[in-house]
Amino acid sequence: MSTTLMDTTAPATTWPDWFAAQQQAALAEYENSPDPTRKDEAWRFANLKALDLSAFVPAEPVASEGRLINASTGLGDTSAKLILGNNTLLHREASALPAGVIFEPLETAAATHADLFKKYFMAQPVELGSRKFAALHKARVAGGAFLYVPANTSVSLPVEIFQWVEGANASVFPHTLIVCGENSSVTVVDYFKSADKLPAFACGVNDLHLDRGAKLTYIAVQDWSRETTAFHINSTVVDRDATCTALIANFGGAYIRGESLSRLVGEGSRSEMFSINPVEGTREIDQRTLQDHVAPRATSDLLYLNALDDKSRTIFAGLIKVEPGAAGTDAYQKVKNLILSDDADPNSMPGLEILNDEVRCSHGATNGPVSADELFYMEARGIAKDQARRLIVNGFFNNLLERLENETLRAHLETLVAARLAVA
Amino acid sequence: MSLKIENLHANIGVREILKGLNLEIPKGQVHAIMGKNGSGKSTLAKVMAGHPDYEVTGGSVSLDGLNLFDMEEPDQRSRAGLFVAFQYPMEIPGVTIANFIRAALQARLPEGEELDAVEYYGELYKKMDALKIDRSFTSRAVNEGFSGGEKKRCEVLQMAMLNPVYAVLDETDSGLDIDALRIVSEGVNAMRSPERGFLVITHYQRLLEYIVPDVVHVMVDGRIVMSGDKTLAHKLEAEGYDWVEKETLTNA
Ligand SMILES: Nc1ncnc2c1ncn2[C@@H]1O[C@H](COP(=O)(O)OP(=O)(O)O)[C@@H](O)[C@H]1O
Ligand SMILES: [Mg+2]
Repeated sequence: MSTTLMDTTAPATTWPDWFAAQQQAALAEYENSPDPTRKDEAWRFANLKALDLSAFVPAEPVASEGRLINASTGLGDTSAKLILGNNTLLHREASALPAGVIFEPLETAAATHADLFKKYFMAQPVELGSRKFAALHKARVAGGAFLYVPANTSVSLPVEIFQWVEGANASVFPHTLIVCGENSSVTVVDYFKSADKLPAFACGVNDLHLDRGAKLTYIAVQDWSRETTAFHINSTVVDRDATCTALIANFGGAYIRGESLSRLVGEGSRSEMFSINPVEGTREIDQRTLQDHVAPRATSDLLYLNALDDKSRTIFAGLIKVEPGAAGTDAYQKVKNLILSDDADPNSMPGLEILNDEVRCSHGATNGPVSADELFYMEARGIAKDQARRLIVNGFFNNLLERLENETLRAHLETLVAARLAVA
Repeated sequence: MSLKIENLHANIGVREILKGLNLEIPKGQVHAIMGKNGSGKSTLAKVMAGHPDYEVTGGSVSLDGLNLFDMEEPDQRSRAGLFVAFQYPMEIPGVTIANFIRAALQARLPEGEELDAVEYYGELYKKMDALKIDRSFTSRAVNEGFSGGEKKRCEVLQMAMLNPVYAVLDETDSGLDIDALRIVSEGVNAMRSPERGFLVITHYQRLLEYIVPDVVHVMVDGRIVMSGDKTLAHKLEAEGYDWVEKETLTNA
């Protein structure tokens, strides 16, 4: 096995020199880091064969630019839109943004807002196993999206980002960096899409930073082709009284490794970590999470839903860590596996590490089949078994979507989930 | 043309619940079954609907000559024109009433044909208004957190939307206060037609004041033991079931 990309020559980018130098170092780190083994706790149960990256090649410039731009449709009303393909900007609409909001490709932001970039770009430690791949990401990141919302600014309509991959075995390195200033608020929908049904490699990072009192709703719609190998490394930092709601919907991918770290660094902060994972065939979704309670009286609430059909696999390993100073913590972690096939393989490893006594924590994992009663009731109304099952799976996910406040957004995601299940 | 049940036997596990039940409901009529708790009324309803927990060990049910048991799946029976309003309707978290009924109607259309959404909502709202179900219920999950009465009204709403040829209503009156009972009964009465038959299961005569049956049957221990007109319901209400059991024993 080789976790080394076939071709590691640097693509043409417009990064400033100081960052290009960091990328050199990151490449060396990537090449010199050992491959994960199953002996690593962080890779327990993982299908390491899926980490063979030797077939992947650098992405060519996008060939069907117009088609991808046209296919970048999401919510009807948005306040801004950024479309990237194969690590390059394809299209940008940002005229409806309030004054002071910066919404640029990351490469541009590194040059024009170097101070912000330096402060926030990949500033969090990668603690959940994928340091090697985070280094690869840093070495090769290009394009990317940067959103900065200044203090006391509300972006009323959602901001959308589309990050495409095109071409057989192409590698992309999507990055979304969002910085929310004090008492600002914004909703972002980040789509990851394949131009065709071909194998590809994605190694993405997103960094979410919420200053005091900020409110961010971040939705990742991961819709890579079913042949794609992808890493998504997410980090969220929530300061005092700020609230982050992050939902990751994994619709695509043959092998998806997701790592989500949420650090509650300010008193009264809140982080909601949601995930929706319909899996079938031999697809595998491996998710590792950490709810790191640093500050007192913060809340974290994790809910991951997996619906497993055929011979699919899921791995969930989550840790709630309550640091000594985090009195009054409320932390919840729950993974629910809806089992649709006898051959499906769900693995759940919820965990707690509590270093303060004054906390309320709960964690748990459940496995269950589709309820025979629900199925019968639907059939008794004339709905055939397959369709009934699909509706029940759909309902299982909709229960989570109900937790989103924005009704337009919720309806949009319900539509996406229903469309996804229709082609399961 | 009738819903015809002949010598029906059914088990749950090894226990026989229906023990040779005979009943015929000519199209256009409303029949009622009364019987004590545990006599097997709900078992009959669920067996007809095709509930997987019950095993039919003998006999037949036909829908205008169509053998119900030739249709293995409950959804086939439903599409063939049978509707069962359940005594204890199930909850389906995350699936809204609107989507649920819509899927049931969509399932009745030929492959490739799409239900007209505007027409559908128009129809749905009309029927909800008639049953005094608040329109906001369309976006609530099926039966989740509903009161007993709301669940029953939702069953009748489904019946009204699906337009069955034969409808079995299992204790649809339980959990209803007098106003709701009137509304639900009006809903059912509005659907009475020469083209439709009803089997109304209840153990209170009260419902039959509102939905006046053509025939009343008494069920004891998995069989119909006596049939009569609506005065039979009054007699059962006044005198209980003991005399029925005595009388049938003497006759046996
Ligand atoms: N799931 C079940 N398992 C075992 N026994 C059952 C089950 N459901 C019903 N029964 C039994 O079958 C008999 C008939 O029940 P039911 O059809 O519900 O009666 P009714 O509706 O007339 O009150 C009762 O004795 C009841 O205890
Ligand atoms: Mg009953």
